[in-house]
Amino acid sequence: MTDTPLLKVSGVSKFYGSRIGCKDVSFELWPGEVLAIVGESGSGKTTLLNCLSTRLMPTTGSVEYRMRDGNFRDLYHMSEAERRFLMRTDWGFVHQNPADGLRMTVSAGANVGERLMAVGDRHYGNIRATANDWLTRVEIGTDRIDDQPRAFSGGMRQRLQIARNLVTSPRLVFMDEPTGGLDVSVQARLLDLVRGLVNDLGLSAIVVTHDLAVARLLSHRMMVMKDGHVIEHGLTDRVLDDPREPYTQLLVSSILQV
Amino acid sequence: MTDLATYNFAYLDEQTKRMIRRAILKAIAIPGYQVPFASREMPMPYGWGTGGVQVTASIIGPEDVLKVIDQGADDTTNAVSIRAFFQKVANVAVTTHTKDATIIQTRHRIPEQKLTEGQVLVYQVPIPEPLRFLEPRETETRKMHALEEYGLMHVKLYEDIAHNGRISKTYAYPVKVAGRYVMDPSPTPKFDNPKMHMSEALQLFGAGREKRIYAVPPYTEVVSLDFEDYPFEIQKFEQPCALCGAQGVYLDEVVLDDKGGRMFVCSDTDHCEDRREHGHAGELLAQNKEAAE
Amino acid sequence: MATPLVVSEVFKSFTMHLRDGIKLPVVNDVSFSVASGECVVLGGPSGIGKSSILKMLYGNYAVDAGQILVSHKDRLVDIASADPRTIIDVRRHTLGYVSQFLRTVPRVAALDVVAEPLVARGIQAPEAKEKASDLLARLNLPRELWSLPPATFSGGEQQRVNIARGFITSHSILLLDEPTASLDAVNRRVVVDMIAEKKREGVALLGIFHDEEVREAVADRILDVTRFSPRKAAA
Ligand SMILES: Nc1ncnc2c1ncn2[C@@H]1O[C@H](COP(=O)(O)OP(=O)(O)OP(=O)(O)O)[C@@H](O)[C@H]1O
Ligand SMILES: [Mg+2]
Ligand SMILES: [Zn+2]
Repeated sequence: MTDTPLLKVSGVSKFYGSRIGCKDVSFELWPGEVLAIVGESGSGKTTLLNCLSTRLMPTTGSVEYRMRDGNFRDLYHMSEAERRFLMRTDWGFVHQNPADGLRMTVSAGANVGERLMAVGDRHYGNIRATANDWLTRVEIGTDRIDDQPRAFSGGMRQRLQIARNLVTSPRLVFMDEPTGGLDVSVQARLLDLVRGLVNDLGLSAIVVTHDLAVARLLSHRMMVMKDGHVIEHGLTDRVLDDPREPYTQLLVSSILQV
Repeated sequence: MTDLATYNFAYLDEQTKRMIRRAILKAIAIPGYQVPFASREMPMPYGWGTGGVQVTASIIGPEDVLKVIDQGADDTTNAVSIRAFFQKVANVAVTTHTKDATIIQTRHRIPEQKLTEGQVLVYQVPIPEPLRFLEPRETETRKMHALEEYGLMHVKLYEDIAHNGRISKTYAYPVKVAGRYVMDPSPTPKFDNPKMHMSEALQLFGAGREKRIYAVPPYTEVVSLDFEDYPFEIQKFEQPCALCGAQGVYLDEVVLDDKGGRMFVCSDTDHCEDRREHGHAGELLAQNKEAAE
Repeated sequence: MATPLVVSEVFKSFTMHLRDGIKLPVVNDVSFSVASGECVVLGGPSGIGKSSILKMLYGNYAVDAGQILVSHKDRLVDIASADPRTIIDVRRHTLGYVSQFLRTVPRVAALDVVAEPLVARGIQAPEAKEKASDLLARLNLPRELWSLPPATFSGGEQQRVNIARGFITSHSILLLDEPTASLDAVNRRVVVDMIAEKKREGVALLGIFHDEEVREAVADRILDVTRFSPRKAAA
């Protein structure tokens, strides 16, 4: 167990006018830990995720991130250049809709290679070899390397998006409903893949999902959100098997078995 | 009544020229950075080099000697009309000789003759934004320049190699200026890119429709983007110029007849003529001479 | 003798918010300990709270009050109040649990399911798989099943995968919830032998065994959970 968290979140709130997006969220995320944020639609999951990933500025609160040099930096006080650099090197962001996270008009290989090129990789052969390697890891045939994601199925696109994010070995990955629009069988494959990659790479991840089975399978810990508030927070199997809050009990009871 | 009486010197009013000069100074101070400016209507349609014309009009003085080329030639309609325009509105001396010109306005070429200190090369630019092909949002491309996020440029080159086995881009080949801004050198052939590097002349770029001015000051590093294993290369021509025998210059293909006859000649007409005047002869000229004798 | 597990004054109830918030007391004032090399068996009728106790010890159920002290890496951890990260670490290194049913993960082969707890502790995959193979062979799981995900296995086959997974590590405390329930006589005996080995290795075992024969064979002590029943207390 490492003794320093990767992310320290304190008192993060986001208001949309007088409406609450999320309210007073605090937690720490440790290296190798996967946190699931669950709740029904409109409960503030995505707002919180966007605040944590600095895609959105919260109204109040702070998020500190431990940089590769070991120093904590307050994300909201970083320059935009630093934040964007962090986002394309040390972080990943997997969108629910792959089209939001991919360049649909460039090849799969270039989609995977973009981050490498962005950090200064200038050897075409190496970039391509790495892209091939990653396509294999996410179970996309290397014969598809020059095809555009437009020609891919939803599941393939989502796997490509994951490869594109993981190629720079990020330490923290944000995922917003990663299995959202996919068929059940495709979901299972993707989940299994993500689970394997997270384990192998020792990634930390924050996964927003309304699907408790996804939370069960991927996460160590979960937070249940309702009306912008975190109402229950704990070890994933504890929250799912012994839910304490009325709303969590409702969530758990309204699905068959997870 | 003289023509001059109806126009301010060099057509633009002083106010406008001052505004454009300020943009030019800013562009020189930040090599490769696209400076927005309030582009004016010119008495010619966009696409005819209104950006370059406004830049030239703002820097030209009565003592200047102007040369105008289009694809390397001094005698195309475009070059002739721009030259005539400045003769009319600024009454300046004009030339076709690269070495005699103080200002050279160009569309799509850099002269073969090495430019020297004190000369200014003014490029006519249709689309100044090198990132547009991959990122159409202007707000985003500006941010990418500001934050020096140029990975996308290499994505474009990567795609080229992936689909063609090599970087097939032959003109408007992107460059990095002074180690900072990535710049579109306008649709010049990549053959001319090395001439931009450490050029003794000042290079100014004007995009009229897009309202942008950018610059490469003299003695500035201009590096063509590439990959380590796919290094930047300029076009090579198998044979020398058919007229003057020049090698290592940019050649145009000229179709001679409808039986597939063709020849390759200097795209820089002044360079070609100058060589011929100095006794150089290409294959075609030699043949003609023989035939005449 | 070392006592790696000490439970004191633990209370547990469920509040059923969806049913008018009725409160369902499960166990009151649970106190006991398990020593190294000892196998304690929880006894009592169905529904008395045996599984709930194991789940609390594992951190799977929350605790209303009391302490669950576990010797973990030269210190004491109170499972009742530990944060999730600590519980995960305790589960990884100290506290093993064989549930009654295997929770299958799609697409992961039986052999990898078994090897995973070792891999999670940083042991190289080939070594972990070798150990997993030994255990599966010992539990007579047909070799042709090893490379298949256990989702389609029979109850007894799944249970053997589950047992192998629970026994593969050298955790110092092992919780067993009816591990032999769906096994045949031959495999039940294998499990009895495996438990005896764990005892010799100094592991503290706490289990639920409905099968009288198995219970007789493994139990050093039977703890009747009826003692902790709130109904009894009220009576
Ligand atoms: N997650 C839960 N939510 C609500 N009530 C529960 C939960 N888990 C167990 N209970 C209740 O707690 C009581 C004890 O159950 P438990 O499963 O611990 O019994 P047990 O002694 O293991 O029984 P068996 O011998 O049948 O397995 C039962 O009344 C059960 O219904
Ligand atoms: Mg039970
Ligand atoms: Zn020539």
